Amino acid sequence: MSTPFQIAVCGSIVPDPLQTLEPVVGPSGPSLKNEMMLPAVLDPWAGHALFEAAHLARSTPGSKVWLVSLGPKAKLQQVMMTVAQKVPFELVALDGPASGFTDSFETAAALAAAIAAIPGLDRSRLLVFGGWESASRGAGSTLQMVGERLGIAEQFQGVDRVTVGEDGGLEILERIEGGRHQVSVCAAPPAVLGWATGDLPEPRNNPQIGMANMRAIMPALQRAKATPIPNTGLSFASVSLPKQQRETRIVKDMPAEEIAREIVAWMAEE
Amino acid sequence: METILLLAHTEPDGTLAKPALECLTAALALGGPLTIGLVGARVEAAASQIAGCGAARFLAVTGEAFAQPRYATDTAAAEALCRTAGSSIVVAPSTSRWARALPGVAYRLGGRVDTHATSLAAENGAPAVTRWFYRQRMEAVLSRRERPWVILLDSGCVAPWSGPAGTASVEPVAVAVPETRTTVTGVRAPKADEQTIRPDAKLLFVAGAGWTKKQSDGAVHAAEAETLILGFLRAAQASLGGSKSLVDLSGEGEAVLRFMTHLNQVGQTGSTPRHPKGLSTCCHGEEPHVVGWRFVNQRRAINLDANCGWARGKADVLYVADAFEVMRHVNRLLRA
Ligand SMILES: Cc1cc2nc3c(=O)[nH]c(=O)nc-3n(C[C@H](O)[C@H](O)[C@H](O)COP(=O)(O)OP(=O)(O)OC[C@H]3O[C@@H](n4cnc5c(N)ncnc54)[C@H](O)[C@@H]3O)c2cc1C
Repeated sequence: MSTPFQIAVCGSIVPDPLQTLEPVVGPSGPSLKNEMMLPAVLDPWAGHALFEAAHLARSTPGSKVWLVSLGPKAKLQQVMMTVAQKVPFELVALDGPASGFTDSFETAAALAAAIAAIPGLDRSRLLVFGGWESASRGAGSTLQMVGERLGIAEQFQGVDRVTVGEDGGLEILERIEGGRHQVSVCAAPPAVLGWATGDLPEPRNNPQIGMANMRAIMPALQRAKATPIPNTGLSFASVSLPKQQRETRIVKDMPAEEIAREIVAWMAEE
Repeated sequence: METILLLAHTEPDGTLAKPALECLTAALALGGPLTIGLVGARVEAAASQIAGCGAARFLAVTGEAFAQPRYATDTAAAEALCRTAGSSIVVAPSTSRWARALPGVAYRLGGRVDTHATSLAAENGAPAVTRWFYRQRMEAVLSRRERPWVILLDSGCVAPWSGPAGTASVEPVAVAVPETRTTVTGVRAPKADEQTIRPDAKLLFVAGAGWTKKQSDGAVHAAEAETLILGFLRAAQASLGGSKSLVDLSGEGEAVLRFMTHLNQVGQTGSTPRHPKGLSTCCHGEEPHVVGWRFVNQRRAINLDANCGWARGKADVLYVADAFEVMRHVNRLLRA
């Protein structure tokens, strides 16, 4: 039987992707217009990481999952109302910015310190999970630096599958160029895994899991430490929306054959 | 003045691929003294390939341990090259291999990192990086005070360097192979005839969930959809993208397009490929999908719905038509 895992999933919140976003630049750098009013969701790839973590924990008895989140406390609380109904986890909350414009170096410092401070954490069984890129900064750099700060040099990004072998080794599939996967075997934890979409559908809401989770989530939010991210040495010269709005030519009532000819001619143009 | 290190890894055949050559163009344009740092099992071919680029110094970490992409060995090699070169700016291509490792290296060096740069320019003697935020929704230009500053440049943003091959004198940098618990066992790829993702294709062909929906005769035509799409991809050598709705259906094992996986998904939680042209079919063109088209220049769409997202300034041309019918004709014309 496999030894249990201790899985810390790093994941924060992002604006709902159906929202229109507009940047504003203030004295302390860029942010989003009405950022605190925008409806938020759990960062999608971090969400996949959380669901994969819960799945791995369920199939390896004795395992445990934490969600480590840096974000504005009030917004974290809103998003947790839904996320808590998905899978069992314990929240470690840090009260600070979830903006895409915050620096990954400082964010990683805060997350690594929060993981290191989890009471009773067995670092030899630790798997640090997260999304391989956020939907805000989209850098793919935070998890690597969290791993470095925790002394973990077994790292994987763009992970779509983990299979635990009979000997406890982890077979890991990572996305590489051209729609392919690199396959590696990591003999044992600790390791860092930045997840892509993975294999699992989003779990249905389960109010019972929600109630059990919320009992610990509310105190965790109350305990959330103020965690400013000063963006030391980083300056933005500009942040702008793409200018290009196309003049769409809408072609109605053209016979299919003629459309096909137009498309083939267009494909052949240089 | 800034000093520049270009970090490049070799391909399995020992040469440098296009992303590395593009990065070389970008690194040279910064204007500072340039060092080249190479990583791979062997680097002679790579060094010869760019011997004439004008770099002041060539450094290399070589050996079988550095042949395969792996975090522990790649970070050790890159860290040693950065420390030996001592450059203030480190430029590298955003390959899956470097993207997995160089942010960790930036941390070890006490530096900072920016990934997915789309442009790199010298402004008032200091480099400025352009990159996108919020999944390609807004573009920012930024600079940093901390050094070394590691910058990963996305592929397709500048022309690859080209010049005569030659002989470069390469200084070996010794690195003790770090202990690692990770063994790379191989690459899993679709069979050659199922290979639908072609990053260098001129055309991106996107299939949406409409291909799997009931059509005007009240029936689903998944088998014909599959034949039409695969036939087109083969004839046009196009790359295949999918909407989230379509790839999710495939993942749930419904009778849909068997060759579609999450790797094909374009958009918010998919990819943002670069192609000169894109043709969208049976896809509604909602914003979380269309953000993945940021780097597709010319865009056309076929949709039955004249009010779909593409009509609202997201495509150059929207054909309000039945994609089944149009693609049947397109395939016939391409075969002719
Ligand atoms: C957090 C989050 C992340 C997301 N990420 C992504 C993402 O990465 N990528 C993505 O694509 N979506 C993403 N979405 C989903 C997105 O909002 C849309 O739901 C999705 O793109 C819709 O896919 P579709 O257009 O293929 O399907 P539908 O909306 O079902 O549209 C099908 C279209 O097919 C057309 N059609 C049907 N039959 C024909 C025919 N014979 N000929 C021509 N047209 C026909 C219909 O008119 C319709 O417009 C995300 C959503 C969320 C909430």
